[in-house]
Amino acid sequence: MTVHTGQSTAKAAGEGARGRGRATGERPGRLRRALSTHWYAWTMVAPVVIVLGVIIGWPLGRGIYLSLTDANERNVGRTIGANHIDATYEFVGLDNYVDVLNDPIFVQRLVWTVVWTVCCVSTTFLLGLVLANMLNRQFRGRAAYRMMLILPWAVPGFVSVFAWRFLFNRDNGLLNKVLDGGGISAVPWLDDPTWAKFSVIAVNVWLGVPFMMVALLGGLQSIPGELYEAAEMDGAGPWKRFLYITVPGLRAVSSTVILLSTIWTFNMFPVIFLLTRGGPGDSTEILVTQAFRQAFVESPRDFAGSATWGVLILAVLMIFAFVYRRSLRKQGEVW
Amino acid sequence: MRRGIAATALVATLALAATACGDSDSGDSGEKKSSGELSGTVTWWDTSNDTEKATFKKIAEDFHAQHPKVTVKYVNVPYGDAQNKIKNAFSSGSDAPDVIRADVGWVADFASLGYLDKVPDAKAKEVDSAFLKQAAASGRYDGQMYAVPQVIDTLGLFYNKKMLKDAGVEPPKTLEEVKTAAAAIKSKTGKTGLYLRGDDSYWFLPFIYGEGGDLVDAKNKKVTVDSPAGVKAFKAARDLVTSGAAITNATDGWNNMETAFKSGKVAMMVNGPWAVADAYAGDEFKDKANLGIAAVPAGSAAQGAPQGGHDLAVYAGSKNRDASHAFVDYLTSQTVQVQTTKALSLLPTRTAAYDQPDVKSNEMVQFFKPAVDKAVERAWIPENGALFEPLKLQFTKAVTGASSPEDAAKASATAFHKILKDWK
Repeated sequence: MTVHTGQSTAKAAGEGARGRGRATGERPGRLRRALSTHWYAWTMVAPVVIVLGVIIGWPLGRGIYLSLTDANERNVGRTIGANHIDATYEFVGLDNYVDVLNDPIFVQRLVWTVVWTVCCVSTTFLLGLVLANMLNRQFRGRAAYRMMLILPWAVPGFVSVFAWRFLFNRDNGLLNKVLDGGGISAVPWLDDPTWAKFSVIAVNVWLGVPFMMVALLGGLQSIPGELYEAAEMDGAGPWKRFLYITVPGLRAVSSTVILLSTIWTFNMFPVIFLLTRGGPGDSTEILVTQAFRQAFVESPRDFAGSATWGVLILAVLMIFAFVYRRSLRKQGEVW
Repeated sequence: MRRGIAATALVATLALAATACGDSDSGDSGEKKSSGELSGTVTWWDTSNDTEKATFKKIAEDFHAQHPKVTVKYVNVPYGDAQNKIKNAFSSGSDAPDVIRADVGWVADFASLGYLDKVPDAKAKEVDSAFLKQAAASGRYDGQMYAVPQVIDTLGLFYNKKMLKDAGVEPPKTLEEVKTAAAAIKSKTGKTGLYLRGDDSYWFLPFIYGEGGDLVDAKNKKVTVDSPAGVKAFKAARDLVTSGAAITNATDGWNNMETAFKSGKVAMMVNGPWAVADAYAGDEFKDKANLGIAAVPAGSAAQGAPQGGHDLAVYAGSKNRDASHAFVDYLTSQTVQVQTTKALSLLPTRTAAYDQPDVKSNEMVQFFKPAVDKAVERAWIPENGALFEPLKLQFTKAVTGASSPEDAAKASATAFHKILKDWK
């Protein structure tokens, strides 16, 4: 089939294009040949490309365009019943970026977002690793333990966050009631900036551990048991076995989950928004919640400013992913 | 999830895209039928609180008896999320409500964005003549009337009569008296004097009015929150907390305040008529007579509480505008206003309603009506709602001690200037 179509286009191309195509025609000819050889592949891929283009490419492009304008709720065009209002927003170039980058708030938010991401991901990873190791051996009731540890994952995120919000309530929350019983005075979980930061991290870790644990457990089970047996024969203790067999054996899995979890945590909107709304004050506001605030909480809604923050968040994550992959490749990881 | 990265850009864009493909129905689909009888469905988004909503739902459904062909769909939208939800619905046009209950501070904003349908001339005339002047003012924007006032309110000092009596103090009239009263309450009963709502800008207003200031001077287009009076206001609020006279929270303030007051943990709170029904539901106020109400404590210069309340407005893109306006008419009728006063102690907006025996004899009305008459009318500018966000941030920071009163005042002014671009 491929041969057939290849021939037919060669024939078609040969009819008129040869004479003037001689000098410049080399490259388009090859491209067209590639296209005609793999036309079926392109057809198969087309729907996916189109769908991705519509649901990701177009909004992304539009977001970038908006970040170069001064669009807000007042000047975008809209028709409401009999009222028709024309769009009056203008192209302002890179003004929004200059404004945001000169605003000390951006740096503040970025610093806290990075601290939050690093704390969450490292704690989640370590806890996940410990739990996975504990569960990766034979003992009674293993299935029950696994079920219980997966539970946070099965509960919808907003439900668990609201549950935590009740637990953290300073005056009427369960946590402080328990502490009170132990003679410790009430902790201002969500009322004090430092405690609030601790609280949001704790909740996010609680939510994130099951994913880490399951992923790492899968990784652990793919490490052949003979390696451990051989190491044991050679006299390696548990710590050495962990360090020289488990850790390298998990590298492929762990590098992926760390990357994924970093990106998720960086943009973990629900935990912060539902637990503290960025408060007290603005002390737990991360980049995405700040962008949301501009687009949906403040009035008039600042679409351009929010889009600018969105593009900057995307840029930060892309730089991170790029650097991360480079460093992995240096260690010989094929990924 | 892989592309969750672009979420924000996407969300902003979708919001825009949605505006572009908003309601394209011809405006006259909801015009009055030739027979003159109203029909269709009216969706009402009501923002009343948990103790009030059952009453309003019943009232809304009663409309069906008067207009059998009209079905009212009652939806309760929690007040805290309402402004955002209404904007989302109005700007996208999909599943938008026909009638909303809007805080008086939102009307100018919604009207300036073109979301609201004008109040029909006849009704506007009626509102001008038969409603309280200051309530009618809140429904106007740019000379046009866009909303009909439903209830009016202001803040007052709620107190636990028994606890004050046990401590041997009178209801305080000034912030200084609050402090001395709180000290007495602490030593005699072991309870805290006052709950100070630190996570909502509305509760900051009595402080700034009390020092003789205001957020903005709309006449002269001037931001005044950072005036000496503004700084003093932040200081006064902070002082109540540091002196131990008041407790506060940076989150969940409403629930914590209600729980603390109802369960007798604190002796006083600053609140409005909308909290009366909820207070009565608490253990401390099983005997309704135990609830006392006084004017908000005065600051060093004056005594002042903000004028608040709720208006009813019709969505400009509503497919059923006639029925919607008729529904608003019904909700603001004297019968319904008297009904809500009786059930919930809310204050009517019709002047004549105050002559009705049920209203006249209501103790809360007896207190709140003079308070409302004295309440400070806010500047009815579209930016009203926008100012409250940055103010809330600074108010929380000031009362929790995260920033100094001076810094809080200055930061609020900076934020205000960003919103009110050409103001002084």
